[in-house]
Amino acid sequence: MSILIDKNTKVITQGLGATGLFHAQGAREYGTQMVGGVTPGKGGTTIDGFTVYNTVSEAVHHTGAQASVIYVPPPFAADSIMEAVDAGLDLVICITEGIPVLDMVKVKQYMTGKKTRLVGPNCPGVITPGQCKIGIMPGYIHKPGKVGVVSRSGTLTYEAVWQLTNVGMGQSTCVGIGGDPVNGTSHLDCLQMFEEDPDTEAVIMIGEIGGNAEEEAARFVKENMTKPVAAYIAGVTAPPGKRMGHAGAIISGGKGTAAEKVAVLEECGIAVAQSPADMAQALMRVYRP
Amino acid sequence: MNIHEYQAKAILRKFGVPVPDGHVCYNGASAREWAKRLGDGPWVVKAQIHAGGRGKGGGVKLARTSEEVRLTARDMLGMTLRTHQTGPDGKVVTRVLVENGCNIGRELYVSLLVDRATCKVTVMASTEGGMDIEEVAAKTPEKIFTEAVDPLVGLTGFQCRKLAFSLGLEGKLVAKAVKVLEALYTTFIACDCSLLEINPLVVTKEGDLLALDAKFGFDDNAMFRHLQIADMRDFDEEDPNEVEASQHDLSYVSLSGNIGCLVNGAGLAMATMDIIKFSGGEPANFLDVGGGATIERVTEAFKLILSDRNVKGILVNIFGGIMKCDVIATGVIEAAKQVSLNVPLVVRLEGTNVELGKKMLAESGLNIVAADGMADAARKIVAAVKGVEQ
Repeated sequence: MSILIDKNTKVITQGLGATGLFHAQGAREYGTQMVGGVTPGKGGTTIDGFTVYNTVSEAVHHTGAQASVIYVPPPFAADSIMEAVDAGLDLVICITEGIPVLDMVKVKQYMTGKKTRLVGPNCPGVITPGQCKIGIMPGYIHKPGKVGVVSRSGTLTYEAVWQLTNVGMGQSTCVGIGGDPVNGTSHLDCLQMFEEDPDTEAVIMIGEIGGNAEEEAARFVKENMTKPVAAYIAGVTAPPGKRMGHAGAIISGGKGTAAEKVAVLEECGIAVAQSPADMAQALMRVYRP
Repeated sequence: MNIHEYQAKAILRKFGVPVPDGHVCYNGASAREWAKRLGDGPWVVKAQIHAGGRGKGGGVKLARTSEEVRLTARDMLGMTLRTHQTGPDGKVVTRVLVENGCNIGRELYVSLLVDRATCKVTVMASTEGGMDIEEVAAKTPEKIFTEAVDPLVGLTGFQCRKLAFSLGLEGKLVAKAVKVLEALYTTFIACDCSLLEINPLVVTKEGDLLALDAKFGFDDNAMFRHLQIADMRDFDEEDPNEVEASQHDLSYVSLSGNIGCLVNGAGLAMATMDIIKFSGGEPANFLDVGGGATIERVTEAFKLILSDRNVKGILVNIFGGIMKCDVIATGVIEAAKQVSLNVPLVVRLEGTNVELGKKMLAESGLNIVAADGMADAARKIVAAVKGVEQ
C-alpha cells in the first residue's frame, strides 16, 4: 500500500512537448503505466509509443486513466488542470512552474465539490518507490519502504530521500506539494493520508518559510497522529520581504519565519532537524523500523 | 515586482479610484510649474522610492507656495533617503511626486491580497489608517475587518457595505466606499496584483474618499500578460546583482555574509544557506540555478557570486536528478576557468553519474575541494574561508 498512487495507477501526460515527453519516457522506464497523452490538435498521432488525444476526456475514455500529469506551459496550465478535473480524474499532478496565482485561485474554486485531488503546481511530482513514478524526480534514489515524505521543494526532497535510503529506510510514498502560495494539496492533507495508510509507519515533513501550512500540519500531528513525524524547515537565514525562489517562500510582515515554525513544530511533538543534513537522523530519534 | 507611487496612482485613476491630482517631476522648476497647473495649493512633495517610511525620513513635505514647491523638490532630488525599509545605505531620490494637498478628516486602511489559507482574494479594512497594519493586527485585531471574495462572483455589494459600516462610515460615504472598494477589486484582478494597499484612504472634511498613498505588488508569474506594467519596473530601485541574475533566469538574493552558494532548487538553496550558518559561517547569497544547470548558467552564476566583493569562498551544492553529475562537473570546471577563480571552492555533487563527476573535478587541475554530503561541504567551506581570513 501507499498513498495517492501505486502499481495499478494509469497515467496520461498533458502536454507532450519535449519536457513532457522526456519525463513520460522516464516514468515508463521506471515501470509506471503511462497510457497516453493529450496535446490539442495532435489527436490520433503516436509519439514514441504514446497515443495522443485531443482532449483529456477522450484520453480517459479510451485508456481508463485515473491520473494525469501536467507539463503544459504556465499561461495555459490552469486551463489544463480544469480540463482534467472536468474529465473526472482522481488525481492531477501539475509540474508546471510559474502559473499566475489568480489563475490558481479560480482553479481552487472550480474544484470545490469535485472529486479530483490536485498535487502542485510547481512541484516535482509523486512517487511510490518500486511501483509508480509520476513527475521529474530521479527514480533510483528511492527505495520501497515505510516512511512517507512530504515536501514543498524538489531537490530538498531528494536530499531527504537520499538520506533515508542511505540509512536503509525505504519510503512508502513521496509527495512534492510544490512551492506556490496557492496549491492543491497541503502538508496537512498528506499527513492525513499517511496516518490512514497501513503501510506508512513514520513521516518526514519538509517545509519552508512563508505562510502557516506547516503550523496547521503540526497541530494535526499533535491532535490526530499516532505515527512519529520528523521535520525540517528551510530558510532560517532568509531575510524578511525577500522571495527565496519559490513564490510562497517569503516572510511577510514578520510572519512565517523558520524560527516561529520550528517552535510550533517542536511544541507539537515533532522531531525537528536543525540541520538539513540531519533529516534522517531526526526521524531516527522518534522512529526505529 | 514593485512600482512607484505616482505610477500606482496613475493605474488607480484609470480604474476609477479617487486619488489626489498630481504629477511626477524631475527638477525644481518643473515641480513649480506643475504645482501651479494642479491648483492653488497647498501641495505635497513626495520622494519616489520603493520603500515605506518616507515621511519619517524627510521624504514627504508640505509646501504652501509654488516657490516653496520648487525649493522642496530641488532639495529632495538627489538626496539619499534612509528609512526602516531602505537599509542603512538608503536610496537616492531621482523623482518627486507633486500633488494637491487635502483636508484630512479621518484616515482609514484598505488592502487586498491573496490569502493562502482560504485561497481567495481577501479585502482587509481598518479604522486605523496611517498606522503600520502589522502593529494594528498584533495589538488591536478587532479593528481589522476582512471579506474573502468568491473568484467566480467577484466582490459583492453587500460585502462592500459590510466593510463600510464596520469602518463607521455613514450617509453618502457608504455608497462612495462601495464604489472605491469595487474599483480596487477590479484593479487587483485586472493587473494580477499580489498586494494592493491603500494606506491611508482618507475621508476628507468635504466628505470625499481619497487614496492618499498606494502600494502595489504584482505577481511576477503573470507579468507576461501585462507588458505595460512590466515596463514600469525601475531597475535603479533593485539590487543590480538581482537584476543581472533575473536576466539569466537565475534566482538570486544577495545577503550580507562571505560564503557564496550555488545550488539547484529553491528549497535546497535555502537549506544550503542554513547549513552554512549552522556550521559557523555566513551565506553571501541565495542562488538557485534551476533544473538545467548548463555551462552558461553555471558560468553566469559564478560571475554573479564573485561580483560580490565580500565573497571569500564558494560552496556548490548540486543534487543532480535528471541532470547528470558529469554534465554539472563540466559546467563547474568550464566556469571556474572562465572566471579565473581565486577563492576556495568546495563542491558537493550527488545524483546520477556522481563518481564520474567527482573524478572529473579531481582531475581538472583546479583547486576544488570535493565534499561528501551537505554537512561535510559546509564544514569544509567554513574552514577554508576562516583560513583565508587568518
